[in-house]
Amino acid sequence: MSKIAFFVLAFLSIFSAMMVVFSRKPVHSVLSLIFCFFTIAGHYILLNAQFLAAVHIIVYAGAIMVLFLFVIMLLNLNAESEPHKTSAGKIAAVVSGGLLLLVLVSVLKSTDGLQLSAAPDSQVGMVKNLGMVLYDKYMLPFEVSALLFLTAMIGATMIGKKELD
Amino acid sequence: MGSSILELVHINNYVMLAAILFAIGVMGVMFRRNTIIIFMCIELMLNAVNLLLVAFSTMHSDPGGQVMVFFIMAVAAAEVAVGLAILVMIYRNVKSVDIDILNKLKW
Repeated sequence: MSKIAFFVLAFLSIFSAMMVVFSRKPVHSVLSLIFCFFTIAGHYILLNAQFLAAVHIIVYAGAIMVLFLFVIMLLNLNAESEPHKTSAGKIAAVVSGGLLLLVLVSVLKSTDGLQLSAAPDSQVGMVKNLGMVLYDKYMLPFEVSALLFLTAMIGATMIGKKELD
Repeated sequence: MGSSILELVHINNYVMLAAILFAIGVMGVMFRRNTIIIFMCIELMLNAVNLLLVAFSTMHSDPGGQVMVFFIMAVAAAEVAVGLAILVMIYRNVKSVDIDILNKLKW
C-alpha cells in the first residue's frame, strides 16, 4: 500500500516538475509547482515527518507560491509575452540536464553502502521530538533565523518601494 | 505503529527521485528565459535536496536532518521575498523579465 503510494507520488512529482519547465504559460508553471510541492509534502508524510509536511505546506504552498502567483499576475505575464530560447538552446539545455542526471545516477549506482541498519524510529519526525531538538541543540541557529527574516523583510521593503526623487 | 516506508521502498528509490527532480531543476534553469520560472526551478532543486535530507534523516532516525530542512525552508522563504522584490524592481525599470536582457554584469 505505502509502496504503491510512493511510486504514484514519485510519478506525480516528476510529471509536475516537468510541467513547470515545459508549460507555455507562466501561471500554469506556478500551479504545477504548487502541485509538485503538495506531492513532496505527501512524501514527507510517507516518511513519517509530519511536522515538516505541515511546515512545507504552510511555507511553500501557503507563502512562497502565493508570492510567485501574485508577482506573475502583477506583472501580467502570459504566453504571448513569454521569451523563448532558440531551438538549439533548448536542445542543449535538455541534453546537458540529461547528462547531469546520467552522471548523478551512475555515481549513485556505484555506491552500495546504503542499507537500512536498524528499523527507523517512527517518532523522529513528530512535533514533540523535533521541538525538543530545535529548542535545545539548535537554539542559536533558530534565533539567528529570526534575524535573517528581519533582514529579508527590511531588504524586500527597501528594494520594492518606489525610488525617492 | 506500522512498518516504516523505508522497509518497503529502498532508500535508493528516494535518491533516484531526488536526483531526477534536481536534474529537472537544473534543466529548467537552462531551458527558460523567464526569470521568475528560473527562480521556481531553483526552488525545485532546493526541494529535491530537502526530500533527500528527510529520507536520510528517517533512515538514520536522526532528527538533525529534519531540523536542517526546517532551516533550509526558512532561508528559502527569505530568499524568495528578496528575490521577487528584486525582480519586480527590474521589471519596473526595463519592462521585461527576460534573462537575456540582464547581461550587463556578464562580461
